[in-house]
Amino acid sequence: MPALPLDEAGKYVAAAYVVFVVLLVVYIGIMAAKLSRISREIEEIAELAEQRRAEEQEPEPEEVRS
Amino acid sequence: MYGKGLKPLSIATVVAFAVGFSLVFFYAPLDADQGFIQKIFYLHVPLASTALIGFVVGGIFAILHLRTDNNKWDAYSYVAIHISVIFGVGVLITGAIWAKASWGHWWVWDEPTLVSFLIVFLLYCTYYPLRYAIEDRDRQARYASVFAITAGAFVPLNFMAVRAAESLVHPRTFGTVEGGMPGDMWLTFLVCFAGIALLWVTLVSFELTAKRTSGQLSRLRRALDDGGHGGGPGVARRIAPSGAGSR
Repeated sequence: MPALPLDEAGKYVAAAYVVFVVLLVVYIGIMAAKLSRISREIEEIAELAEQRRAEEQEPEPEEVRS
Repeated sequence: MYGKGLKPLSIATVVAFAVGFSLVFFYAPLDADQGFIQKIFYLHVPLASTALIGFVVGGIFAILHLRTDNNKWDAYSYVAIHISVIFGVGVLITGAIWAKASWGHWWVWDEPTLVSFLIVFLLYCTYYPLRYAIEDRDRQARYASVFAITAGAFVPLNFMAVRAAESLVHPRTFGTVEGGMPGDMWLTFLVCFAGIALLWVTLVSFELTAKRTSGQLSRLRRALDDGGHGGGPGVARRIAPSGAGSR
């Protein structure tokens, strides 16, 4: 086939490079979602650890004498 | 520390891409035969080369896993193959676009280079069902490593077989009897190849960091569970989202 004119070839070249960028953006989006899940889990575990420490430090309730 | 070196790697990748794509559109001459459409070459060929090398690297990590029985190498192998499969998707799509513009067809079934890449790609697509069909993690890792080594050995054999094939429909850019590419095209190609290879390393590193962090999180959750008050499933397990920390 003879070489395509620039205006027609340009569309194909742009399409190829756009596909690459889209693929990259989709991958980064998926990884961002994973990282945000990890971040959420870390927050939950940190909260849990703090809660547990607070429970351990809490003084025993005094017995009420009758 | 996890993610160490990720920042300089990312910066190097962005710089290589910026330089590479600038060379593609402002420095590299137009191909006498294909014209402007040949610019796809600087994206398609580095993607294909990196994906194929990545598959082989995945096989090498798998060998290390079987030799040392260290699950770290299994994770490396898995991630290397995973990123290479993603690159493979890019190769197939950009290749189809280039084929349509050059040959007038999206796909040519009697062209060994295209069909062999598709076979390699589909072969590696079966890696996921094979891996996740096995529940026991040690067996899963061992079987996946055996697969990665076998398929990794198939990649260079396949490449050599295609080179030995007689068809000259697919453009042979390197080492043709006409003398191959001129120097400025070579330079552009090498910079683009460096950019794509750096991208592969960065993404592998990024994914491994995420996996390690996730694994450490699971360990932390288990430790909190073990230190939980009394019996029962443990508070941490109750709050954990289902499937978290799994591979």
